[in-house]
Amino acid sequence: MAELTYRDAVARGLAQEMERDERVVLIGEDVAKAGGVFKTTAGLLERFGPTRVRDTPISEEAITGMIMGAAMNGLRPVGELMFSDFLATCWDIVTNQIAKTRYMTNGQVELPLVIRTANGGGARFGGQHSQSLENWAMAVPGLKVVAPSSPADVVGLLAAAIRDPDPVVFFEHKMLFPIKGEVPDGELVDELGTARVLREGNDVTLVALARMVPMALEAAEALAAAGISVEVIDLRSLVPLDTRTLLGSVTKTSRLFTVEENPRLIGWGAEISSIVAEELFWDLDGPIVRITTPHIPLPAADELEDLAIPSVQRIVETVRRSAG
Amino acid sequence: MEIDTPTRLSLYREMVRARYFEQRAYDLFIEGLLKGTTHLGLGQEAVAAGFAAAMREGDMTYCTYRGHNHTLLRGAPMDALMGELLGRANGICGGKGGSMHLTDVTKGAMGSYAIVGAHLPIAAGAAWAAQVRGTDQASVCFFGDGTTNIGAFHEALNIAAVWSLPVVFVCENNLYMEYTPIGDVIAVEHPAADRAPAYGLEGIIVDGNDVDAVYETALRALARARRGEGPSLIEAKTYRHGGHSRADPAKYRPSAEVEEWMKRDPIVLYRDRLLALAVEVGDLDQIEAEALAEVDHATELTKATPPPDVAGLMTEVWADGGSAWRN
Repeated sequence: MAELTYRDAVARGLAQEMERDERVVLIGEDVAKAGGVFKTTAGLLERFGPTRVRDTPISEEAITGMIMGAAMNGLRPVGELMFSDFLATCWDIVTNQIAKTRYMTNGQVELPLVIRTANGGGARFGGQHSQSLENWAMAVPGLKVVAPSSPADVVGLLAAAIRDPDPVVFFEHKMLFPIKGEVPDGELVDELGTARVLREGNDVTLVALARMVPMALEAAEALAAAGISVEVIDLRSLVPLDTRTLLGSVTKTSRLFTVEENPRLIGWGAEISSIVAEELFWDLDGPIVRITTPHIPLPAADELEDLAIPSVQRIVETVRRSAG
Repeated sequence: MEIDTPTRLSLYREMVRARYFEQRAYDLFIEGLLKGTTHLGLGQEAVAAGFAAAMREGDMTYCTYRGHNHTLLRGAPMDALMGELLGRANGICGGKGGSMHLTDVTKGAMGSYAIVGAHLPIAAGAAWAAQVRGTDQASVCFFGDGTTNIGAFHEALNIAAVWSLPVVFVCENNLYMEYTPIGDVIAVEHPAADRAPAYGLEGIIVDGNDVDAVYETALRALARARRGEGPSLIEAKTYRHGGHSRADPAKYRPSAEVEEWMKRDPIVLYRDRLLALAVEVGDLDQIEAEALAEVDHATELTKATPPPDVAGLMTEVWADGGSAWRN
């Protein structure tokens, strides 16, 4: 067991899979010689060489299109988009081409590829480098969507994403890069579509993703002191979605709160709420409450951005007000 | 180079097969059996036939919604293509693709892409995989003149050139981007060839209605790709006999221009050339009769085939064959 940062866990997951399978290759802007602008790919060029780890021009359509074509011809490529906001520049390739081609060809084309991208706010980067866009990808049939919250999950879920025969969009939260966590030694392979109950409780269920997970855990601690027993679920993956774990928890607690970094409208929690309302309506003791960023672009200044994104304090206050 | 007679007859046969197939598709649309839309390559068969003849097994074709010709001439079975056009159970994509998405991976027809420009980086990526894996495959990417104004064209050309990828980009310049003359929307004379120097490539122009010329140009570009010398960008000058799609009567084209190009119909031109080369007219008549019989057979077989099984609606979103997104 070693303590690793979330940032180093990305490189470890990539290295583990590149070591195992020579079909795994990595391209993106500044991923090779520079080791990634967030240093998530440091050392991979030196270890695996320039054929398998390659810098691209600033050409997101080329990056995503090239990994699609490469996946059609025998590779298992990983493409990095430096910021998830840049998905907007290649959304045609991602949604019209990568997501749909298997279905439209009735299974003739298999696309074992991963798009890794730095996601989320909190770094004061302003509205074009801070968005939480998991729900965009979740809305498109044919994409799997993963967003880990811990270093161990980064390694295991990235390995699972690379081994998966379908296209996976892998969201790395940029505010989590420096956090540390225990990562088991040896090969680590997790399972997509499995949520984790990170804290058990009886009164309310808090379901969260990525950076909202540590916040939910901290809020649960504070709420425990106030006499509210909180169960915290880390969804980890939006597609496939582990509704069994979610519904099991809400059956027990009868209250659900979602903690989402995305802006309010059609955030992933809306789908979660819909499923729970439809399938567990008579088990609920109160309304489902969504804790989200307001429906605004993210601002840059410390005070404004902190106010926009859900905080531990906002989670605690919302739960106390609604379930206290 | 001297092209031998069997190859020439084969080039003729393939152009005629494509012509008759697409004319039948048009007729079936009028009959109401072909739904949605179609983008016919009538008049552009020489580009498809010349390249298909120059490509080898393992090479990969990427084409557009105007892709019936390319998919058929790489060897996709005509009846399965007809089935896809008519939305029947024998369709090559099970009825999930339609006219704009014909694909036969087993023949290297890697898909028909209907968002302009998208398949250029995809074709480059397939070529990149060939480079990484050390195969001698090349990929060939066909697109129209209008594509030269979209970002993906430039992103793909640049990275393919910088990485020396074994990909051949073929612009079928039929003079119109949908309904607008290409000259109205570019600042240079030749939409593809004049952009080539920006990527360190030679601007190659070929008469796209001369199948021999296309075939020779294709052989040269594919050989260059296999030698590891990088991509080519070829502009094939050609002409659509009809409109952009089924909804377009193409009234915006001057009639003198249309007449001039109809005289340059690639099949008529090649028939005359073959006869001048002392090919027996009976041989050509036989090729035409056989092609017509093949189209008739594909049509009758497809008309007698039921619609796809509705169970297929929910299959093949994922590699496990299904479409489940939750447990």
